[in-house]
Amino acid sequence: MPVILGEAAAQNVAFGIIAVVMAVAAIGVVTMKNIVHAALALVVVLAGVAAQYILLQAEFLGIVQVLIYIGAVLVLFLFGIMLTRNPMRRTGEFDNDQRVLAGLVALLIFGVLAFLFHDQFGNDKLHLGQPTQTAAIADSIFRTYVVGFEVVSMLLLAALIGAIVLARRD
Amino acid sequence: MPITEYLLLSAFLFCTGIYGVLARRNGVLVLMSIELMLNAVNINLVAFSARLNNDAAGQVFALFVIAIAAAEVGVGLAIVLLIYRNRVGVNLDEIDLMKG
Repeated sequence: MPVILGEAAAQNVAFGIIAVVMAVAAIGVVTMKNIVHAALALVVVLAGVAAQYILLQAEFLGIVQVLIYIGAVLVLFLFGIMLTRNPMRRTGEFDNDQRVLAGLVALLIFGVLAFLFHDQFGNDKLHLGQPTQTAAIADSIFRTYVVGFEVVSMLLLAALIGAIVLARRD
Repeated sequence: MPITEYLLLSAFLFCTGIYGVLARRNGVLVLMSIELMLNAVNINLVAFSARLNNDAAGQVFALFVIAIAAAEVGVGLAIVLLIYRNRVGVNLDEIDLMKG
């Protein structure tokens, strides 16, 4: 038995802890009775995703995840919650009456996905070497996928204008 | 470490998102569940990028997904806000304006 944990073992342990925290928080997002608490559980899940990116040596994506999701999207969600919460019924029922059916569907899809993943990639191992250089990602965006990048930027602009047009008071 | 661990984590997050979309009736909570599903897809993309010796393509597509998700949340919350302003609540099962 090795005295010092190897790099791979340490990574395994870190993955396990973060994955369990993420799973519990994700269940919290879809079951909590308080909508603000659900949003805060979503923060935990998103931070866990960023940590998994760092474990997978995608540092740039980890930083982007923290900046955009925790920094921007979550604030947007909290604004949405504050603006739409009806003060008359503060603790409303947030679930509809098809909870059992929804749980069955989710379990079925999880079973199929787990079987397929185990069947196809059961023997695949990750060999983590050097972290991905941010320059390599930039090269890939602006050489190979430059058309996609332009399309996404136009879509973002269109979505921004659309959101302003929809939400403004006239 | 085996790649299946990451794939199973992402499958679990995705199915939690499916449950949330089906079982919640508050518009903002449904949008949150959609975010869970999009993040699950991103974990898959990055895991396969690491599997293919840190091929940058997977991470580029994860960035695209993040951008689309941000746009989706912006428009989605604007729609929820508009519905809230014109009607009383954001309960999705009470919104049947376009039902024939």
